Amino acid sequence: MVLDYQIIAPADLHQEMLRLRAEKGMDFLVNLTGMDWGEEGFGVVYQLESTQTGEQINIKAICADRENPTLPTVSDIWDIANIYEREVYDFLGIIFTGHPDMRRIYLREDWVGYPLRKDDKPEEQNPLRMDAVPLSDETVCYEMGEDGKLVKRKNVIFEQDDYVVNMGPQHPSTHGVLHFRVALEGERIKKVDPVLGYIHRGIEKMNESMTYPQTLALTDRMDYLGAMQNRHALCKVIEEAMGVEVSDRVKVIRTIMDELQRIDSHILFFSCLCQDLGATTAFLYGFRDREKVLDIFEETCGGRLILNYNTIGGVQADLHPNFVRRVKEFIPVMRKGLKEYNDIFTGNVIARNRMEGVGILTKDQVIAMGCTGGTGRASGWHNDLRKLRPYDAYDRVDFKEITFEKGDSFARYMVRLLEIEESLKIIEQLIDNIPEGSYQEKMKPIIKVPEGTYYSAVEGSRGQFGVFLESRGDKFPYRIHYRSTGLPLVYAMDTVCRGNLIADLVTIGGTLDYVVPDIDR
Amino acid sequence: MFDFSVISQWLHNLLLSIVPEWAAILIESVLVALVIITLYAVFAIVLIYMERKICGFFQCRLGPNRVGKWGLLQVFADVFKMLQKEIIKMRQTDRFLHDLAPFFVVTASMLTFACLPWNKGAHMIDFNIGIFFILAVSSVGVVGILLAGWGSNSKYPLIGAMRSGAQIISYELSIGLTMLTMICLTGTMQISEIVEQQAAEGWNIFRGHVPALIAFVIYLIAGNAECNRGPFDLPEAESELTAGYHTEYSGMHFGYFYLAEYLNLFIAAGIASTIFLGGWAPLHIAGLDGFNGVMDAIPGIVWFLGKTFFVVFLFMWERWTLPRLRIDNILSLEWKYLMPISMANLVLMALVVAFKLYL
Repeated sequence: MVLDYQIIAPADLHQEMLRLRAEKGMDFLVNLTGMDWGEEGFGVVYQLESTQTGEQINIKAICADRENPTLPTVSDIWDIANIYEREVYDFLGIIFTGHPDMRRIYLREDWVGYPLRKDDKPEEQNPLRMDAVPLSDETVCYEMGEDGKLVKRKNVIFEQDDYVVNMGPQHPSTHGVLHFRVALEGERIKKVDPVLGYIHRGIEKMNESMTYPQTLALTDRMDYLGAMQNRHALCKVIEEAMGVEVSDRVKVIRTIMDELQRIDSHILFFSCLCQDLGATTAFLYGFRDREKVLDIFEETCGGRLILNYNTIGGVQADLHPNFVRRVKEFIPVMRKGLKEYNDIFTGNVIARNRMEGVGILTKDQVIAMGCTGGTGRASGWHNDLRKLRPYDAYDRVDFKEITFEKGDSFARYMVRLLEIEESLKIIEQLIDNIPEGSYQEKMKPIIKVPEGTYYSAVEGSRGQFGVFLESRGDKFPYRIHYRSTGLPLVYAMDTVCRGNLIADLVTIGGTLDYVVPDIDR
Repeated sequence: MFDFSVISQWLHNLLLSIVPEWAAILIESVLVALVIITLYAVFAIVLIYMERKICGFFQCRLGPNRVGKWGLLQVFADVFKMLQKEIIKMRQTDRFLHDLAPFFVVTASMLTFACLPWNKGAHMIDFNIGIFFILAVSSVGVVGILLAGWGSNSKYPLIGAMRSGAQIISYELSIGLTMLTMICLTGTMQISEIVEQQAAEGWNIFRGHVPALIAFVIYLIAGNAECNRGPFDLPEAESELTAGYHTEYSGMHFGYFYLAEYLNLFIAAGIASTIFLGGWAPLHIAGLDGFNGVMDAIPGIVWFLGKTFFVVFLFMWERWTLPRLRIDNILSLEWKYLMPISMANLVLMALVVAFKLYL
């Protein structure tokens, strides 16, 4: 989809954003991308959406001053902008005035330079440093003074006598190298401060020096439980930009694969949640069934976790001759597995006690924090892209969008479990009707995307996974930004955990279902 | 039924014929201590193997099966590994308390272990306040856990130790009350007498019918909590506190906690089998003399171990099925449900005994 945007001067930006929020009901900040346009200066592309009407507005703000780029913050309008703006500050050095917490987010505090600037030379400025820099308990906030100069103000993250416990980076229940600093009052949580970037690989930066087919290799390594969908989104945005229409066969294959991946991810969600809550037997029940999905993937794609299946204009290889039979065998096995999950865990009184009423997110909160996917749907936000903007074969299948109203951990848990059933239904409807056709469109040996700004999103395993692509007509992308599905979920942790017990942090973290490589990219 | 005291008496007389009495008693004490320590290690190995296999089967997998036939040597390999691991000395800990803690835990469980009635005449510690002694020494273990948490000078162990303290002290009440209920029925606290009474008149769980059954169920729950095992394993809640109070321990110091955890499981089961299921007493059904004769032919140690491992299996079943509770759930379960129920149950048992309603 080509992104149409209107340009707004930085001085009017905040006013205009407030107006859009109030008058047009733009309550969902889909994506916020920091950009380096070279001569034009730095800037940010805001993608707004109204959850009521579905209308989308894209705004571009440019600050021409390359020395001291500043923009007004919108984190007071959309909560999630808080963490997005920190990301932009980290990579591009744009200072957002009025933002309460202008710290780096992925890179170390002592990092020199801003790597996504086109003129930055990270290797030269950052030799290997062997000294440890302790994490600061303070942060800064910049205000625009009356004389046009920035005024620096200190904000406190943790007080001197807070009992701060590090959850992570090596911790069994953070599901990867994620680090929470948790201030405790007895066993109650006062504040959660996520420290990100332990497995930041600079995928967005790497993409800028890769040809389009090469960029595909990295998406599988972000959210490894959404490998199919991630790569699907990237292929989709490139295909749409180039005007390539894939065959019907590819569409159906991609839909089935996405749903298998979703099942895989939701089983792992169930397993890990059980493990976090101490039900290790249920954990292995999940893994037993997930193995079957992975076997199916392995036959067709060759990989089990890193699948490398979608390509620009099609898929890597045709379906394996066993594929249809295996999938048909798998569906009843999964249904039986679901029943067992419900018997051993869902109905268990201890599990209920630990999940019901714990970590409530209201609908307004999930929209403000951009928590798409199962987390949003558990709070009653209808955000399923497969329903809102059907792509591929989703318009021809019949399935329900699972939503709950309560927004507690149990609702989030149930959403995923019921979605497995819906995914099975989708696969059942498609598996017998895979159309004949080619599995790969003929593409030019060198793929060049016409100049422009594009955005495309798919419903990933844990929310809207979007790819923002700006091309200058080269064989390399000028800028690729991924809308991470997990970043809003991690950002929500502070709000949702406050006042709960430390054991609930594990429950909440488990039910929010983030995957760390997707956050860090 | 074979009386083990024949052997101990023979040994005593043999020693007396060679050395003076004080030396004989000294030698016997040393021998008994050696037996306790050996049994302690052997049972730990058996239990660890059993737990791994059982949890493997619960979880649709095979469990250890590489080292030796059916993985029988796996635990030996693990113990050997643990023995040669370095005990890491950390700078900012309270070294004395930190190193002392595992010994508290292991000593408490060894002392309790020594109270178990293995066979007729085979008690290591047996005197008139036996049950009271068990309660007293088993609660020394919590001191070790608190010391471990405090001495480590680290945040996770401290939280784990505080949880453990709150939990164990709470559940001690239920354990005490259920034991009191059964003492009410037996009229004695001496372990050998409790068992002999059951050998003569039938197992307590049948004699005491309803209140005994209630007490048994409560004991199973509280016993599991006392051992810090799932679903009550929040002191070491792996997914929250990494390893709880023993996060900072390594090598054999950690090994002691590990040993004690498994042996406490065995001890809790052993006490359950002693006061509820008749210890070494065989199963008798009144009127079936042939059946009773066959049952009598089975040695007492087999009965005791059979019952104990049955209760251990129940504990393991509980652990591998249920998710972990939360600290507030755990405390409200004890203070709002288990303790009032056990108190009412004690009154019920008193009535049963007073009106001679027992079988």
